[in-house]
Amino acid sequence: MPDQLFFAMEVAVNGLMAGVLYALVALGFVLIYKASGIFNYAQGVIALFAAMTLVGIMEGQVPFAHMINSTFGTKIHHFGWTIPGFVAIALTVGLMVLLAWAVQRFIFRHLVNQEPIILFMATIGLAYLLEGMGALMWGDQIKTINLGLPSGASIWVEDTTESWFGYGFFLARLDILATVIAAALVMALMIFSQYSKHGRALRAVADDHQAALSVGISLNFIWILVWSIAGFVALVAGIVWGASSGVQFSLSLIALKALPVLMLGGFTSIPGAIVGGLIIGVGEKLFDFFMNPIIGGATENWFAYVLALIFLVFRPQGLFGEKIIERV
Amino acid sequence: MRERCPLLRRWLQNDGFGFEYFGNTEIGVLDMKDTYEPYVTDDGRQIGNVLMEMKNITLRFGGVVAIKDISFDIREGEIRAIIGPNGAGKSSMLNVISGFYHPQEGEVWFRGEKRKLMKPFEVANQGVARTFQNIALFEGMSVLDNVMTGRLTHMKTNIFQQALWWGKAEKEETENREAVEKIIDFLEIQAIRKTPVGRLPYGLKKRVELARALAAEPKLLLLDEPMAGMNVEEKEDMSRYILDVNDEFGTTVALIEHDMGVVMDLSDRVVVMDYGKKIGDGTPDEVRNNQAVIDAYLGVAHD
Repeated sequence: MPDQLFFAMEVAVNGLMAGVLYALVALGFVLIYKASGIFNYAQGVIALFAAMTLVGIMEGQVPFAHMINSTFGTKIHHFGWTIPGFVAIALTVGLMVLLAWAVQRFIFRHLVNQEPIILFMATIGLAYLLEGMGALMWGDQIKTINLGLPSGASIWVEDTTESWFGYGFFLARLDILATVIAAALVMALMIFSQYSKHGRALRAVADDHQAALSVGISLNFIWILVWSIAGFVALVAGIVWGASSGVQFSLSLIALKALPVLMLGGFTSIPGAIVGGLIIGVGEKLFDFFMNPIIGGATENWFAYVLALIFLVFRPQGLFGEKIIERV
Repeated sequence: MRERCPLLRRWLQNDGFGFEYFGNTEIGVLDMKDTYEPYVTDDGRQIGNVLMEMKNITLRFGGVVAIKDISFDIREGEIRAIIGPNGAGKSSMLNVISGFYHPQEGEVWFRGEKRKLMKPFEVANQGVARTFQNIALFEGMSVLDNVMTGRLTHMKTNIFQQALWWGKAEKEETENREAVEKIIDFLEIQAIRKTPVGRLPYGLKKRVELARALAAEPKLLLLDEPMAGMNVEEKEDMSRYILDVNDEFGTTVALIEHDMGVVMDLSDRVVVMDYGKKIGDGTPDEVRNNQAVIDAYLGVAHD
């Protein structure tokens, strides 16, 4: 086989891996949207905030150090310890649950039964609040995550494919790991929502609030649960993206990539988020690969959106979204 | 003549049991049902003490008084009906009982205790299950999953056990699944257990909703117009299920219904509401001979 074809395959596989990450971010959106009808614009910022918090805790940074120092004239920045990764992750998860509670308690509890656009505006506010809060707590310089995640190309994959096809595939070890983690997370979430008591309650709330109340489900609890899960998913996404490109503001912009993924897959479907993510991931890499020589670069920036627009015209509910037809 | 409900009036007259129910027969003597002692009905069902008592309930929406100073009780094991013309406040009353509305005045007593201000899910956890006038099922979920949600109040494992499928989680799921299968058998909906509810016809949806409420093994079952929009056959089925539920499980039932024939056949005692006020309360016989009730349903001659 010609090298060109192998090269295309390699690009596609890399696209799949990027797609898994898109799917991961999109998943956070879908979870919250299904359960509460809120389109959570802040999902990307939550990922950024989670990653910043993780790094801050690991490095023993003093939260609000700048504020404390300028108020009291002190000069503290670090506690002087470092915390092992898994402990820091556990602490961060705890903090995300706390954040979920606070978001529910102080924002959305007061906005029950409001128009979707008002809920959406609230999440925009939340996004900027969290962005500022993150910078205030941990500073706004670019940080690196030292979780000991593998980096560089996987020699094993390159050698194996070399011996099979006579063409060595280049796959980043971090991408492979991220794919495995994301796939495991998605599987766990699906099993949880399909077969557990709380999963069933979650789907019930997503379907009909009034009926859910009547069978004894606390909406408040489910919403906190959903925001917590979304926070956890955001943390995973933040770690993976942060490990490859540093924890910085642009991390919150990956959320925008999730938008076309959702249009493609359907806002209310977990499988839709996954398949949508994969299609966009592979699609943009392959499109770039084939079209680059013809129209020049930078197609990756707009390809996903154009694809989503085409979908909006022909299948507005997305691939897996619920078509809104009601039996009368 | 003031005609409150011309359609209802015509229907009552043409249907064969119009004046049969609202005739001017003598008012019956006080019977056992007006005492507070437990007793056994003619058909051998045990009626116990007061299970739920509404005391001087007043509910307002802004300037509109939906319920005005109403008191009544529901006794263990009985079938209690709330009837009245459209807009009388029946559904509001059911919503007060199930915690969806909070009355401005009055008290709700359940099992001998005054109920605090409770959210609907807390009321459900106390053992009050309900159905809705406009069916509130989880349309995207299968019949089985819908009925399983009815068991949520009986499932006690916490989120960590559930997430990791640890300890009692699996055993609990199996036990509750068995209970649900019994209900499904009982209501004869085995054939559709895997069908998404959204695809079912109206009559079956009503039955699934009853199944979900029953799955909770409620101490008090509230039915908001369980037979609305059904044909005669479906009404007969539903009536039979309600009677069977009451008979076999001893479940206390409070229901709202428009079909007078059904109400009079099913219930042990009837509360009649009109314009948010209680205008009658008693056995079906007493109620159908009550002049205020006859006036509310058939209108009063102004002469």
